[in-house]
Amino acid sequence: MNWTRKDLLGLEELSKEEMELILSTAESFKEVSIREIKKVPALRGKTVVNLFYEPSTRTRVSFEVAAKRLSADVINIAAETSSVKKGETLIDTGRNIEALKADIIVMRHNCSGAAAMLSRNVNLSVVNAGDGWHEHPTQALLDIFTLKEKLGRIEGLNVSIVGDIAHSRVARSNIWGLTKLGAKVTVCAPKMLIPPGIEGMNVNVTYDIGSALKEADAVNVLRMQFERDGETAFPRQLEYFKEFGITEDRLNKAKKDIIVMHPGPINRGIEMSSAVADGAHSVILEQVTNGIAVRMAVLFLVAQANEKIKNGLFDSPQGHPERLKGAEG
Amino acid sequence: MKILIKDGRVVDPANKFDEVADIFVEDARIFKVAKNIKADADKIIEAQGKIVMPGLVDMHVHLREPGREDKETVCSGSRAALAGGITSVLAMPNTEPAIDSVEHLKILKEAIQKSAKNNVFICAAITKGRQGEALNDIASLKKSGAIALSDDGASIESDSVMLEALKAATKEEILVICHSEDKKLSNGGQVNSGFTSTRLGLRGVSSESEYKRIERDIDLAEKTGASIHIAHVSCKESVEIISKAKKRGVEVTCETAPHYFSFNDEAVLGYDTNFKMNPPLRSKEDVLAIRKGLADGTIDAIASDHAPHTENEKDIEFERAEFGVIGLETELAVSATELLGDCLLNWTKLAEKMALNPSRILGINKGTLSVGADADIIIVNPAKEWIVKKEKFLSKSRNSAFVGRTLKGFVEYTFYKGKVYKWNS
Repeated sequence: MNWTRKDLLGLEELSKEEMELILSTAESFKEVSIREIKKVPALRGKTVVNLFYEPSTRTRVSFEVAAKRLSADVINIAAETSSVKKGETLIDTGRNIEALKADIIVMRHNCSGAAAMLSRNVNLSVVNAGDGWHEHPTQALLDIFTLKEKLGRIEGLNVSIVGDIAHSRVARSNIWGLTKLGAKVTVCAPKMLIPPGIEGMNVNVTYDIGSALKEADAVNVLRMQFERDGETAFPRQLEYFKEFGITEDRLNKAKKDIIVMHPGPINRGIEMSSAVADGAHSVILEQVTNGIAVRMAVLFLVAQANEKIKNGLFDSPQGHPERLKGAEG
Repeated sequence: MKILIKDGRVVDPANKFDEVADIFVEDARIFKVAKNIKADADKIIEAQGKIVMPGLVDMHVHLREPGREDKETVCSGSRAALAGGITSVLAMPNTEPAIDSVEHLKILKEAIQKSAKNNVFICAAITKGRQGEALNDIASLKKSGAIALSDDGASIESDSVMLEALKAATKEEILVICHSEDKKLSNGGQVNSGFTSTRLGLRGVSSESEYKRIERDIDLAEKTGASIHIAHVSCKESVEIISKAKKRGVEVTCETAPHYFSFNDEAVLGYDTNFKMNPPLRSKEDVLAIRKGLADGTIDAIASDHAPHTENEKDIEFERAEFGVIGLETELAVSATELLGDCLLNWTKLAEKMALNPSRILGINKGTLSVGADADIIIVNPAKEWIVKKEKFLSKSRNSAFVGRTLKGFVEYTFYKGKVYKWNS
């Protein structure tokens, strides 16, 4: 199987085989991070631009480390300090970066679909590091990588995703990725945080944390964002913890070896207790470590594919496969 | 000038006429409709195999003048309309400034007198600045030439203001066109609420935000006896509510736009902002209900909701892009392709929805081929297939949802005020 895409925009459009290729490539890159000299020359002479329209430390740093371990040059652009503030459009920013002869843009953006739009307008590779509520493919891939490492498989696993599903790109990417690889996914949240039509993504929906945990081989706990409304936040946080928080008590009623994941940063005492975050079920720090390998794999694969596209070896599958279908009514 | 249109299939629902015949036009009026007219003409047009029908009347058009001449002007928009076979348009009042006073109306009127290429009728705003609070001087607006009222783009939030508006409109015998949307329910939504919005990670717009407000508007119309017209109907429930209201005798009419019977919400997958409009493209089920509503007569009219925007306002992030698409130059062909092909409508019904009914709703003397009527006529080649090309639009803006589509049915001639326009695809 060959990787033929210049971009990684989301997991919805990827096949099972494409995801497996990323995961196996990541496996071979994982070893680099435990060497004495943590570097391979795979992207030597390539330039990776981290274009971040939202504040992010962990994802940006993870991509930066990944790119550097592949020997790429890395430039970080935080939108708050760039010409974006002066009203430059995303397309213009993208084309300017392209004119610098960069090779890959890693973009975090607060608007859903921004990565797809950028990708249509530039020839360099675009890696989506999170777009609005839409997708965060490398996060889901590192979650899946970690699960597979721990449990040896994805097919047939029961995975529950708990938290603000409606506004979560992590949830969406995980759902697409896990279901394609054969896991059974359950989402669990207060009713108002379950988005309409989510059943269409082949998931079970529950509003009860007990039933979400009961059969689960793993639970992926999303960050709750109460920042949006100031004053009612505190009582709602406590209430949320009471109804949905992951505690040792609740885990004791679950499968013995249940795995607890979190994309970070954790709100201790809101999504989960500190005891759980630091406990035996938690793989949260391993997720961070695996994030490097997964992102190395993604950067490597898109760069290689784009090189071949430029040399006319194969066409880039542009845009969204559903797009044309939709246009036909 | 004397023009003879020979041997076309003349479709004129006002006179229940659908036969191969000739039309003789003299001094920009229809002089005679009959078979084998023998007359001296300055110009003879052979229309064998073509449809000859009244010039279309589009009752929902944003010409953007005054204020946003970068998007469209009276001149460019009315010319684009002619190319689409539309000889009359109703210009919506959400301009800058809004057409909410006689003074503002005069600005538009002057632009029309100076540069309009077809009949441009004026719809005035109901409330000051379209803010839904203070009623405008409806009597003066009507006297100065407004033929309808609407706060299009916004719905009057307050029931009591809407009630007062309908009472005032009834007194002045002027139609109120309702943009029925409860913004508390649509809540900054971007696309139809459902699986598609969830997939895209975009805030959804529920059908409720539309049909609940239609329910309210109909209820108030019923109480006041006002005539209302519901703009851009997009969902199943709206069609049902309007159908029931009509059956119990409420003075309500409605329109839909070509995109609502051509695309479902899946067209938005891929984040193409040319599929972003308000109300949004709905589910497959809604699309079927719109088509059915057109076929059974619940939906009286097809109007484009022509909403030109510059590329700068469309080629950006989906959530930040403007709502709306252009439609003047494609609406007849889209309607013919979508509705005739599926045997929902025939040419007579299409002429009703796009010429006769909007004329009757607006109370203008258009949409017919009666002897003595203005010779607003179009000739359509029903068999001609053409591809919609971005660079061919006469509109100043290019934000069409139909670019790249093959359509069947092409407006070959538009007759307006004694002039003959011939169009090439």
